[in-house]
Amino acid sequence: MDRKEAVQYISLLLGGTLVGANSFLSGCKTADKQLFSKDDQAYLDEIAETILPETKTPGAKAAQVGQFMIIMFTDCYNKKEQETFREGMKKINDQSEAKFGKSYLGLTIEQRHELLVQIDNEQKQYTKNKKEDEPVHYFRMMKELALLGYFISKPGCTQGKRYMPVPGKYIGCVPYKKGDKAIV
Amino acid sequence: MPDDSLNVNVNTKGIRQNSFDAIVIGSGISGGWAAKELCELGLKTLVLERGRNVVHNKDYPTANKAPWEFLHANRMTKEFIDANPLITRAAGFGEDTAHFFIKDNDHPYVQEKPFNWVRGYQVGGKSLTWGRACQRWSPFEFTAPERYGYGINFPIGYDDIAPWYSHAEKFIGVCGNRDGIESMPDGEFLPPFDLNCVEQYMQKSIKENFNRNMVQGRWAHITQPQDIHIKQGRARCQSRNLCMRGCPFGGYFSSVSSTIPWAQQTGNLTMRPFSVVHSVIYDEKQNKAIGVRVIDTNTKEATEYFARIIFVNASALNSSLILLHSTSSRFPNGLGNDSGALGKYVMFHNYRAFVSAEIEGFEDKYFFGKNPTETIIANYRNLHKQDTDYVGGFTTFSGAYRSSPNEEKMAETIGGNYKDEMGEPGSWGIYMYMQGETIAKETNHVRLSNDRTDQWGIPQLVTSVGYDDNDDKMVKDFLEQSIAMLEKGGGKNIFQNDNHQSPGLDIHEMGGCRMGKDPKNSLLNEWNQLHQCKNVFVTDGACMTSTGNQSPSILYMALTARAANHAVEEMKKGNL
Repeated sequence: MDRKEAVQYISLLLGGTLVGANSFLSGCKTADKQLFSKDDQAYLDEIAETILPETKTPGAKAAQVGQFMIIMFTDCYNKKEQETFREGMKKINDQSEAKFGKSYLGLTIEQRHELLVQIDNEQKQYTKNKKEDEPVHYFRMMKELALLGYFISKPGCTQGKRYMPVPGKYIGCVPYKKGDKAIV
Repeated sequence: MPDDSLNVNVNTKGIRQNSFDAIVIGSGISGGWAAKELCELGLKTLVLERGRNVVHNKDYPTANKAPWEFLHANRMTKEFIDANPLITRAAGFGEDTAHFFIKDNDHPYVQEKPFNWVRGYQVGGKSLTWGRACQRWSPFEFTAPERYGYGINFPIGYDDIAPWYSHAEKFIGVCGNRDGIESMPDGEFLPPFDLNCVEQYMQKSIKENFNRNMVQGRWAHITQPQDIHIKQGRARCQSRNLCMRGCPFGGYFSSVSSTIPWAQQTGNLTMRPFSVVHSVIYDEKQNKAIGVRVIDTNTKEATEYFARIIFVNASALNSSLILLHSTSSRFPNGLGNDSGALGKYVMFHNYRAFVSAEIEGFEDKYFFGKNPTETIIANYRNLHKQDTDYVGGFTTFSGAYRSSPNEEKMAETIGGNYKDEMGEPGSWGIYMYMQGETIAKETNHVRLSNDRTDQWGIPQLVTSVGYDDNDDKMVKDFLEQSIAMLEKGGGKNIFQNDNHQSPGLDIHEMGGCRMGKDPKNSLLNEWNQLHQCKNVFVTDGACMTSTGNQSPSILYMALTARAANHAVEEMKKGNL
């Protein structure tokens, strides 16, 4: 272990926001590469964009997070997680129909936001009470993958954070003010 | 029973063509050092490496890749993990470094007890991916096993090795502070990396409340290049913290960036990659080793090479394997193994326990750049007296950092504000993990398999190495003490874990061919020569008599340089 690993480990344990957690540690067969279509990708882009929309900095869609989610789900997740995820994609549309009488892609930006806030609240409640052996909530997976995909993408890394490929030096203590981006 | 190592088809291309002054088996951290010293001292030296060649910069395919250039965000695919459950658990393993590690199925071994053997088979070996910690052993560690009755001491003491530590430190570049701590001696240090604000705060709290020393560690990073580093073509560490991919600046030390090119410049080095050593050849008439038998990994052809001295630096367990497999009628149980101790007293470092906590405040403080180092709480156990219910001590590695933000503390967790806030640093956290001494035991051993061989027909290694009660007690003490230090420092959300990881994942396997005063219970003398075959030197982790609690690589470098210089003196005197 070294600093980098220790920090990653701790981020997984405590923050829970650096994606993937246990999913990456267990073993299973690689899935069928044709698991997701182009439409799926566009749909996931729009979900990710609502979670991480364009502000002063580019959003998840510009960062092609939908494509990233598909690659990760296909290559790195097990069958059960893939099923949970797929079902989740359907559930978002179902909840959209129930709430607004339209599919998710037919909603306005505000409606999409409202819907995903509601689903996220359900997710938080579920995650809080979840027993160890119960599956991860699909929206937790989506959100974490969206975050990971966004912040390692070129726009997310270079504009959403302070990308420093060659810092040149390390200074142990510098002032920080709220709003300054994290160094990566 | 091991093969009779004399019974193999050999393609000898003529002794003269295949003759050198010295042969070094292995090109990792100690093999690279043997090559450097022997070549500098004028010996025509052949270095044998079982893996492929790796050339500084040219063969660092990921060194300058951006995060978005890795297909899976640096994670491995399910397919890869399924096929390689062992190596994927290695520290630092990921999409960016996988090419510097073996694949499980290429190099099988037999785990009699769970042991996760981490290997990197290429020129440079594991020096490309090492942790870079370079603390010196203290005099306490050299004397503790006999003082407290849990083993034999090294046949040398701190004063014997101190000048060679200096020799190694100056050449590789070690940064650190001169702290004057008796359990972690000072050395020839370049300026240290800074402590950040929370590390400074904890340093003070731990000193005041526990009278323990939390200080910057000692790291093989060039913080201020000296003439000797510039001559190696190495520059200042740029604080990228991407070391394990290979450093384009040569900011950290590896054989590939430093000792091997240095040896090459002398004109005395011959590097032969793709060469698995089958055995060391012992000549009964001359009562010494005369060369090694090598199998080309591509052609599977066997070739013999000859030299006056042989350095065995194949990595701890592989060095034992080679010697166990080097049988003759004089040494039916392995070269130099009259004692029967070869392959026994295998040790490792105990890395099982980890603690962390959140530190409130300091929100107006951050750091600049990416720190490749950690602080150390120097060992505070069993120094002047036995003060615990276990023997040995532990080093504590620690670091404070600003984590990724915790969304539980955010008002909005979907949308623009959420995205922006997730791009900021989170609250401060601090972690500590242990590097604990383990005790040499005859029962912790490796041996050759009777019935399984590798793809070159060499017997597989059987590992029979496990924890004991002493390790469990040390883990318990580490956890209690570390949590107490975090609590005193105001730590919140304290987390503790004993992961019970298999030995081997520490990547600090040691022993198997230990040094000692008495040839009846050890293999190597005070110059790392086999007691019974003096022109064979073993200076990698295999030679370790006890583990101490410091990171071992810099000791291997120092022991190697010392042994190489002794070897050349003895050759000049006509003794070798």
